[in-house]
Amino acid sequence: MTRFLSDSALERLREAADSPDLTGTRYRLVDKLGQGGMGGVYCVEDTELERKVALKVISVPDPDGTWTARLLQEARIIARLEHPGIVPVHDAGLLPDGRPYYTMKLVQGKRLDEHVESVPSLSDRLRLFLRICDPVAFAHAHGVLHRDLKPANIMIGPFGEVLVMDWGLSKVLGPSPSKDIPIDRADADPSAESRASLTGHGRIIGTPGYMSPEQVHGDDSLDQRADIYSLGAILQFLTTAEYSGPIAKPLSAIRMCAMAENPDARFRTVSDLATDVAHFLDGLSVTAYPEGPLARAWRWVVRNRTWILLLLAYMLVRTMLIFFQPR
Amino acid sequence: MNKPLLGVVLGTILGAFDGLTAWFTPAVRNALLGIVIGSTIKGLIAGVLIGFFARKVNSLALGILFGLAVGLLLAFVVAAMQPGPDHYYFAIMLPGGIVGTIIGYATQRFGSPVPATH
Repeated sequence: MTRFLSDSALERLREAADSPDLTGTRYRLVDKLGQGGMGGVYCVEDTELERKVALKVISVPDPDGTWTARLLQEARIIARLEHPGIVPVHDAGLLPDGRPYYTMKLVQGKRLDEHVESVPSLSDRLRLFLRICDPVAFAHAHGVLHRDLKPANIMIGPFGEVLVMDWGLSKVLGPSPSKDIPIDRADADPSAESRASLTGHGRIIGTPGYMSPEQVHGDDSLDQRADIYSLGAILQFLTTAEYSGPIAKPLSAIRMCAMAENPDARFRTVSDLATDVAHFLDGLSVTAYPEGPLARAWRWVVRNRTWILLLLAYMLVRTMLIFFQPR
Repeated sequence: MNKPLLGVVLGTILGAFDGLTAWFTPAVRNALLGIVIGSTIKGLIAGVLIGFFARKVNSLALGILFGLAVGLLLAFVVAAMQPGPDHYYFAIMLPGGIVGTIIGYATQRFGSPVPATH
Protein backbone atom coordinates (compact mmCIF):
# COMPACT_ATOMS: atom_id res chain seq x y z
CA MET A 1 0.00 0.00 0.00
CA THR A 2 2.89 2.32 0.81
CA ARG A 3 3.80 2.20 -2.84
CA PHE A 4 0.72 4.31 -3.67
CA LEU A 5 1.10 6.93 -0.92
CA SER A 6 3.50 9.82 -0.78
CA ASP A 7 5.68 10.35 2.29
CA SER A 8 3.68 13.39 3.34
CA ALA A 9 0.41 11.47 3.02
CA LEU A 10 1.89 8.67 5.11
CA GLU A 11 3.03 11.19 7.71
CA ARG A 12 -0.46 12.68 7.89
CA LEU A 13 -1.93 9.20 8.33
CA ARG A 14 0.55 8.43 11.08
CA GLU A 15 -0.31 11.67 12.85
CA ALA A 16 -4.00 10.95 12.54
CA ALA A 17 -3.48 7.50 14.05
CA ASP A 18 -1.44 8.98 16.91
CA SER A 19 -3.97 11.73 17.63
CA PRO A 20 -5.96 11.09 20.78
CA ASP A 21 -9.55 9.94 20.34
CA LEU A 22 -11.50 12.61 22.18
CA THR A 23 -14.95 11.39 21.11
CA GLY A 24 -17.47 11.79 23.90
CA THR A 25 -15.06 13.74 26.12
CA ARG A 26 -15.23 17.38 27.10
CA TYR A 27 -12.13 18.07 25.00
CA ARG A 28 -11.76 19.07 21.38
CA LEU A 29 -8.43 18.69 19.59
CA VAL A 30 -6.87 21.98 18.51
CA ASP A 31 -3.24 21.30 17.72
CA LYS A 32 -0.27 19.10 18.44
CA LEU A 33 2.30 20.82 20.67
CA GLY A 34 5.08 18.30 20.85
CA GLN A 35 6.23 14.74 21.07
CA GLY A 36 8.11 13.32 24.04
CA GLY A 37 9.60 9.96 24.83
CA MET A 38 6.42 8.18 25.79
CA GLY A 39 3.69 10.43 24.57
CA GLY A 40 2.47 13.43 22.74
CA VAL A 41 1.24 16.73 24.11
CA TYR A 42 -1.74 18.35 22.43
CA CYS A 43 -3.50 21.65 22.73
CA VAL A 44 -7.16 20.86 23.33
CA GLU A 45 -10.18 22.98 24.13
CA ASP A 46 -12.10 22.20 27.30
CA THR A 47 -15.60 22.73 25.91
CA GLU A 48 -17.24 22.95 29.34
CA LEU A 49 -14.97 25.62 30.77
CA GLU A 50 -14.30 27.13 27.34
CA ARG A 51 -10.55 27.33 27.71
CA LYS A 52 -7.56 25.75 26.08
CA VAL A 53 -5.52 23.23 28.07
CA ALA A 54 -2.63 20.91 27.31
CA LEU A 55 -3.38 17.20 27.09
CA LYS A 56 -0.64 14.62 27.47
CA VAL A 57 -1.34 11.13 26.17
CA ILE A 58 0.71 7.99 25.62
CA SER A 59 1.59 7.37 22.01
CA VAL A 60 3.71 4.24 22.26
CA PRO A 61 2.60 0.62 22.47
CA ASP A 62 2.04 -0.32 26.09
CA PRO A 63 1.34 -4.04 26.32
CA ASP A 64 2.32 -4.42 29.99
CA GLY A 65 0.87 -1.12 31.19
CA THR A 66 4.24 0.34 32.20
CA TRP A 67 3.73 3.58 30.33
CA THR A 68 0.18 3.91 31.56
CA ALA A 69 1.34 3.55 35.15
CA ARG A 70 4.14 6.04 34.61
CA LEU A 71 1.86 8.65 33.01
CA LEU A 72 -0.64 8.35 35.83
CA GLN A 73 2.18 8.49 38.39
CA GLU A 74 3.45 11.64 36.69
CA ALA A 75 -0.04 13.18 36.88
CA ARG A 76 -0.36 12.27 40.57
CA ILE A 77 3.08 13.65 41.38
CA ILE A 78 2.37 16.95 39.65
CA ALA A 79 -1.06 17.12 41.28
CA ARG A 80 0.49 16.90 44.75
CA LEU A 81 3.02 19.60 43.94
CA GLU A 82 0.88 22.71 44.11
CA HIS A 83 3.36 25.49 43.44
CA PRO A 84 3.31 28.53 41.11
CA GLY A 85 6.44 27.16 39.42
CA ILE A 86 4.86 23.81 38.60
CA VAL A 87 2.15 23.44 35.96
CA PRO A 88 -1.12 22.41 37.61
CA VAL A 89 -2.89 19.22 36.52
CA HIS A 90 -6.62 19.63 35.87
CA ASP A 91 -7.85 16.18 35.03
CA ALA A 92 -6.69 12.60 34.37
CA GLY A 93 -8.30 9.45 33.04
CA LEU A 94 -8.68 7.12 30.06
CA LEU A 95 -9.64 8.19 26.55
CA PRO A 96 -12.25 6.26 24.53
CA ASP A 97 -9.36 4.57 22.69
CA GLY A 98 -8.12 3.23 26.03
CA ARG A 99 -5.07 5.43 26.27
CA PRO A 100 -4.42 7.22 29.56
CA TYR A 101 -4.16 11.00 29.56
CA TYR A 102 -3.99 13.98 31.81
CA THR A 103 -4.69 17.62 31.15
CA MET A 104 -2.81 20.55 32.56
CA LYS A 105 -2.56 24.30 32.22
CA LEU A 106 -1.53 25.33 28.74
CA VAL A 107 1.72 27.27 29.06
CA GLN A 108 2.51 29.55 26.17
CA GLY A 109 6.03 30.79 26.53
CA LYS A 110 9.61 30.04 25.63
CA ARG A 111 11.90 27.28 26.77
CA LEU A 112 14.86 28.50 28.81
CA ASP A 113 17.32 27.57 26.06
CA GLU A 114 15.36 29.82 23.67
CA HIS A 115 14.65 32.55 26.20
CA VAL A 116 18.21 32.96 27.49
CA GLU A 117 19.42 35.05 24.55
CA SER A 118 16.93 37.76 25.48
CA VAL A 119 18.49 38.05 28.95
CA PRO A 120 21.89 39.68 28.44
CA SER A 121 22.58 40.61 32.06
CA LEU A 122 24.28 38.03 34.27
CA SER A 123 22.47 39.22 37.37
CA ASP A 124 19.09 38.85 35.61
CA ARG A 125 20.08 35.32 34.60
CA LEU A 126 21.02 34.49 38.16
CA ARG A 127 17.69 35.85 39.40
CA LEU A 128 16.04 33.60 36.82
CA PHE A 129 18.07 30.69 38.18
CA LEU A 130 16.84 31.41 41.70
CA ARG A 131 13.28 31.20 40.45
CA ILE A 132 14.05 27.82 38.90
CA CYS A 133 15.39 26.62 42.25
CA ASP A 134 12.13 27.49 44.04
CA PRO A 135 9.85 24.79 42.57
CA VAL A 136 12.65 22.20 42.68
CA ALA A 137 13.24 22.90 46.38
CA PHE A 138 9.48 22.68 46.89
CA ALA A 139 9.35 19.30 45.14
CA HIS A 140 12.26 18.02 47.24
CA ALA A 141 10.49 19.16 50.39
CA HIS A 142 7.59 16.98 49.25
CA GLY A 143 9.87 14.02 48.57
CA VAL A 144 9.93 14.28 44.79
CA LEU A 145 13.02 14.20 42.55
CA HIS A 146 12.69 15.60 39.05
CA ARG A 147 15.62 13.68 37.50
CA ASP A 148 15.47 15.46 34.16
CA LEU A 149 16.17 19.11 34.88
CA LYS A 150 17.54 20.88 31.82
CA PRO A 151 16.92 24.16 29.97
CA ALA A 152 14.47 22.48 27.59
CA ASN A 153 12.29 21.56 30.57
CA ILE A 154 12.13 25.07 31.98
CA MET A 155 9.44 27.30 30.53
CA ILE A 156 9.35 31.09 30.77
CA GLY A 157 5.81 32.38 30.44
CA PRO A 158 4.75 35.59 28.70
CA PHE A 159 4.64 37.46 32.01
CA GLY A 160 8.04 36.18 33.12
CA GLU A 161 6.69 33.28 35.15
CA VAL A 162 9.12 30.39 35.49
CA LEU A 163 7.74 26.87 35.26
CA VAL A 164 9.54 23.57 35.71
CA MET A 165 8.02 21.17 33.19
CA ASP A 166 8.08 17.50 32.28
CA TRP A 167 7.96 15.53 35.48
CA GLY A 168 7.73 12.32 33.45
CA LEU A 169 10.95 10.93 34.91
CA SER A 170 10.30 12.11 38.44
CA LYS A 171 10.65 9.81 41.39
CA VAL A 172 9.04 9.79 44.81
CA LEU A 173 11.59 9.40 47.56
CA GLY A 174 10.99 7.34 50.66
CA PRO A 175 8.50 4.56 51.30
CA SER A 176 5.77 4.77 48.71
CA PRO A 177 3.96 2.12 46.66
CA SER A 178 4.56 4.13 43.47
CA LYS A 179 8.19 4.79 44.26
CA ASP A 180 9.70 4.19 40.88
CA ILE A 181 8.38 2.58 37.77
CA PRO A 182 11.20 1.17 35.70
CA ILE A 183 11.29 2.21 32.09
CA ASP A 184 12.89 0.36 29.30
CA ARG A 185 13.74 2.95 26.72
CA ALA A 186 13.94 0.29 24.06
CA ASP A 187 10.17 0.60 24.01
CA ALA A 188 10.29 4.31 23.77
CA ASP A 189 10.46 6.62 20.85
CA PRO A 190 14.07 6.47 19.75
CA SER A 191 13.92 10.09 18.68
CA ALA A 192 13.31 11.17 22.22
CA GLU A 193 15.93 13.84 22.36
CA SER A 194 18.88 12.03 23.75
CA ARG A 195 17.12 11.03 26.91
CA ALA A 196 18.42 7.72 27.92
CA SER A 197 16.37 5.62 30.21
CA LEU A 198 17.32 3.20 32.77
CA THR A 199 17.93 2.38 36.35
CA GLY A 200 19.02 -0.80 37.99
CA HIS A 201 19.82 -3.34 35.35
CA GLY A 202 21.41 -0.99 32.91
CA ARG A 203 18.60 1.51 32.86
CA ILE A 204 19.52 5.18 32.83
CA ILE A 205 17.10 8.06 33.29
CA GLY A 206 17.95 11.62 32.39
CA THR A 207 19.69 13.75 29.78
CA PRO A 208 23.44 13.55 29.12
CA GLY A 209 25.21 16.71 30.17
CA TYR A 210 22.63 17.42 32.83
CA MET A 211 22.68 14.01 34.52
CA SER A 212 24.68 13.50 37.69
CA PRO A 213 27.46 10.84 37.56
CA GLU A 214 25.47 8.58 39.88
CA GLN A 215 22.49 8.89 37.54
CA VAL A 216 24.69 7.95 34.59
CA HIS A 217 25.86 4.88 36.50
CA GLY A 218 22.26 3.84 37.04
CA ASP A 219 22.48 4.20 40.80
CA ASP A 220 19.13 3.32 42.36
CA SER A 221 19.71 5.30 45.52
CA LEU A 222 19.50 8.75 43.96
CA ASP A 223 18.61 11.63 46.21
CA GLN A 224 18.09 15.37 45.82
CA ARG A 225 21.79 15.89 45.13
CA ALA A 226 21.19 14.42 41.67
CA ASP A 227 18.85 17.35 40.92
CA ILE A 228 21.38 19.72 42.48
CA TYR A 229 23.94 18.49 39.94
CA SER A 230 21.44 19.22 37.13
CA LEU A 231 20.80 22.68 38.58
CA GLY A 232 24.56 23.24 38.56
CA ALA A 233 24.58 22.29 34.87
CA ILE A 234 21.71 24.76 34.27
CA LEU A 235 23.71 27.42 36.13
CA GLN A 236 26.65 26.67 33.86
CA PHE A 237 24.36 27.00 30.84
CA LEU A 238 23.02 30.33 32.07
CA THR A 239 26.48 31.74 32.69
CA THR A 240 27.92 30.67 29.36
CA ALA A 241 25.16 30.57 26.74
CA GLU A 242 25.24 33.74 24.64
CA TYR A 243 27.27 35.37 27.39
CA SER A 244 30.91 36.33 27.00
CA GLY A 245 31.47 38.39 30.15
CA PRO A 246 33.87 37.32 32.88
CA ILE A 247 32.56 34.89 35.49
CA ALA A 248 33.59 35.72 39.03
CA LYS A 249 35.47 33.05 40.96
CA PRO A 250 32.80 32.69 43.67
CA LEU A 251 30.18 32.02 41.00
CA SER A 252 32.41 29.42 39.32
CA ALA A 253 32.96 27.85 42.74
CA ILE A 254 29.20 27.63 43.30
CA ARG A 255 28.77 25.92 39.95
CA MET A 256 31.62 23.50 40.62
CA CYS A 257 30.29 22.69 44.08
CA ALA A 258 26.83 21.93 42.64
CA MET A 259 28.39 19.75 39.92
CA ALA A 260 30.91 17.95 42.11
CA GLU A 261 31.59 14.37 41.04
CA ASN A 262 31.05 13.17 44.58
CA PRO A 263 27.49 13.86 45.80
CA ASP A 264 28.83 14.42 49.33
CA ALA A 265 30.83 17.39 48.04
CA ARG A 266 27.75 19.09 46.58
CA PHE A 267 25.34 21.44 48.30
CA ARG A 268 23.15 19.44 50.63
CA THR A 269 19.91 21.10 49.54
CA VAL A 270 18.65 23.27 46.71
CA SER A 271 18.05 26.01 49.27
CA ASP A 272 21.77 25.96 50.15
CA LEU A 273 22.62 26.36 46.48
CA ALA A 274 20.06 29.15 46.01
CA THR A 275 21.28 30.93 49.14
CA ASP A 276 24.84 30.94 47.81
CA VAL A 277 23.70 32.35 44.46
CA ALA A 278 21.57 34.99 46.22
CA HIS A 279 24.53 35.93 48.43
CA PHE A 280 26.72 36.23 45.36
CA LEU A 281 24.14 38.56 43.80
CA ASP A 282 24.10 40.67 46.96
CA GLY A 283 27.89 40.87 47.07
CA LEU A 284 28.08 38.70 50.20
CA SER A 285 30.40 35.78 50.90
CA VAL A 286 29.40 32.35 49.58
CA THR A 287 30.01 29.04 51.30
CA ALA A 288 31.39 27.47 48.12
CA TYR A 289 34.25 29.97 47.98
CA PRO A 290 36.08 30.45 51.28
CA GLU A 291 38.00 33.70 51.27
CA GLY A 292 40.71 35.26 53.43
CA PRO A 293 40.33 38.38 55.57
CA LEU A 294 41.81 40.64 52.89
CA ALA A 295 39.46 39.41 50.20
CA ARG A 296 36.55 39.73 52.61
CA ALA A 297 37.54 43.29 53.50
CA TRP A 298 37.89 44.24 49.85
CA ARG A 299 34.45 42.79 49.05
CA TRP A 300 33.00 44.84 51.92
CA VAL A 301 34.63 47.98 50.55
CA VAL A 302 33.34 47.28 47.03
CA ARG A 303 29.85 46.56 48.34
CA ASN A 304 29.72 49.75 50.39
CA ARG A 305 31.73 51.95 48.02
CA THR A 306 29.15 54.72 47.66
CA TRP A 307 28.70 54.95 51.41
CA ILE A 308 32.45 55.00 51.96
CA LEU A 309 33.06 57.54 49.20
CA LEU A 310 30.46 59.89 50.67
CA LEU A 311 31.98 59.68 54.13
CA LEU A 312 35.47 60.17 52.70
CA ALA A 313 34.25 63.20 50.73
CA TYR A 314 32.80 64.66 53.92
CA MET A 315 35.99 64.03 55.89
CA LEU A 316 38.08 65.51 53.07
CA VAL A 317 35.95 68.65 52.89
CA ARG A 318 36.02 69.05 56.66
CA THR A 319 39.80 68.58 56.78
CA MET A 320 40.35 71.05 53.94
CA LEU A 321 38.12 73.64 55.60
CA ILE A 322 40.04 73.25 58.87
CA PHE A 323 43.45 73.62 57.24
CA PHE A 324 42.54 76.38 54.84
CA GLN A 325 40.23 78.44 57.03
CA PRO A 326 40.94 82.19 57.14
CA ARG A 327 43.02 83.11 60.18
CA MET B 1 15.29 50.48 60.80
CA ASN B 2 12.58 52.37 58.93
CA LYS B 3 13.50 55.27 56.68
CA PRO B 4 12.27 58.21 58.78
CA LEU B 5 13.86 56.80 61.95
CA LEU B 6 17.14 56.10 60.14
CA GLY B 7 17.06 59.66 58.78
CA VAL B 8 16.51 61.11 62.28
CA VAL B 9 19.24 58.99 63.91
CA LEU B 10 21.77 59.59 61.15
CA GLY B 11 20.91 63.29 60.84
CA THR B 12 21.31 63.81 64.59
CA ILE B 13 24.64 61.95 64.78
CA LEU B 14 26.12 63.60 61.70
CA GLY B 15 24.78 67.00 62.78
CA ALA B 16 26.41 66.66 66.20
CA PHE B 17 29.65 65.48 64.63
CA ASP B 18 29.52 68.34 62.14
CA GLY B 19 29.10 70.79 65.00
CA LEU B 20 31.98 69.26 66.96
CA THR B 21 34.38 69.96 64.10
CA ALA B 22 34.04 73.65 65.07
CA TRP B 23 36.53 72.81 67.83
CA PHE B 24 39.24 72.98 65.17
CA THR B 25 38.38 76.64 64.56
CA PRO B 26 39.85 78.57 67.50
CA ALA B 27 37.82 81.67 66.71
CA VAL B 28 34.52 79.95 67.50
CA ARG B 29 35.71 77.42 70.10
CA ASN B 30 34.11 79.44 72.90
CA ALA B 31 30.71 79.00 71.29
CA LEU B 32 31.18 75.24 70.71
CA LEU B 33 28.20 74.10 72.79
CA GLY B 34 25.78 76.38 70.97
CA ILE B 35 27.21 75.33 67.61
CA VAL B 36 26.88 71.64 68.47
CA ILE B 37 23.29 72.07 69.66
CA GLY B 38 22.37 74.13 66.60
CA SER B 39 24.08 71.72 64.24
CA THR B 40 22.41 68.73 65.90
CA ILE B 41 18.99 70.32 65.53
CA LYS B 42 19.79 71.15 61.91
CA GLY B 43 20.80 67.52 61.30
CA LEU B 44 17.67 66.27 63.03
CA ILE B 45 15.42 68.48 60.89
CA ALA B 46 17.26 67.37 57.75
CA GLY B 47 16.94 63.72 58.85
CA VAL B 48 13.18 64.04 59.42
CA LEU B 49 12.59 65.70 56.04
CA ILE B 50 14.84 63.35 54.09
CA GLY B 51 13.53 60.27 55.93
CA PHE B 52 9.91 61.10 55.17
CA PHE B 53 10.80 61.88 51.57
CA ALA B 54 12.49 58.47 51.31
CA ARG B 55 9.33 56.84 52.63
CA LYS B 56 7.25 58.52 49.92
CA VAL B 57 9.69 58.30 47.02
CA ASN B 58 11.56 55.06 46.49
CA SER B 59 14.42 56.25 44.30
CA LEU B 60 18.12 56.36 45.16
CA ALA B 61 18.85 59.20 42.72
CA LEU B 62 15.94 61.36 43.89
CA GLY B 63 16.75 60.58 47.52
CA ILE B 64 20.32 61.76 47.06
CA LEU B 65 19.19 64.89 45.19
CA PHE B 66 16.60 65.73 47.83
CA GLY B 67 19.16 65.15 50.60
CA LEU B 68 21.63 67.45 48.87
CA ALA B 69 18.97 70.15 48.41
CA VAL B 70 17.76 69.98 52.03
CA GLY B 71 21.34 69.92 53.35
CA LEU B 72 22.27 72.95 51.27
CA LEU B 73 19.10 74.84 52.15
CA LEU B 74 19.38 74.33 55.90
CA ALA B 75 23.09 75.14 55.80
CA PHE B 76 22.29 78.30 53.83
CA VAL B 77 19.80 79.36 56.50
CA VAL B 78 22.40 78.72 59.24
CA ALA B 79 25.05 80.66 57.30
CA ALA B 80 22.68 83.55 56.67
CA MET B 81 21.96 83.73 60.42
CA GLN B 82 25.65 84.18 61.28
CA PRO B 83 26.28 87.52 62.96
CA GLY B 84 28.90 89.84 61.54
CA PRO B 85 30.06 90.58 58.05
CA ASP B 86 31.34 87.04 57.27
CA HIS B 87 28.67 84.45 56.75
CA TYR B 88 31.00 81.56 55.77
CA TYR B 89 28.52 80.34 53.15
CA PHE B 90 31.06 78.07 51.47
CA ALA B 91 32.47 76.64 54.71
CA ILE B 92 29.00 75.89 56.10
CA MET B 93 27.07 74.91 52.98
CA LEU B 94 29.60 72.51 51.45
CA PRO B 95 29.75 70.05 54.37
CA GLY B 96 26.04 70.62 54.99
CA GLY B 97 25.29 69.53 51.44
CA ILE B 98 27.45 66.43 51.81
CA VAL B 99 25.77 65.51 55.09
CA GLY B 100 22.37 65.84 53.39
CA THR B 101 23.60 63.67 50.52
CA ILE B 102 24.82 61.00 52.97
CA ILE B 103 21.46 60.96 54.76
CA GLY B 104 19.60 60.83 51.42
CA TYR B 105 21.72 57.91 50.24
CA ALA B 106 21.55 56.02 53.53
CA THR B 107 17.77 56.32 53.96
CA GLN B 108 17.16 55.02 50.43
CA ARG B 109 19.80 52.31 50.55
CA PHE B 110 19.51 50.99 54.09
CA GLY B 111 16.14 52.13 55.40
CA SER B 112 13.37 49.56 55.40
CA PRO B 113 9.96 50.72 54.19
CA VAL B 114 7.33 51.30 56.85
CA PRO B 115 4.85 48.38 56.71
CA ALA B 116 1.40 49.31 55.46
CA THR B 117 -1.26 49.59 58.15
CA HIS B 118 -4.70 48.10 57.59
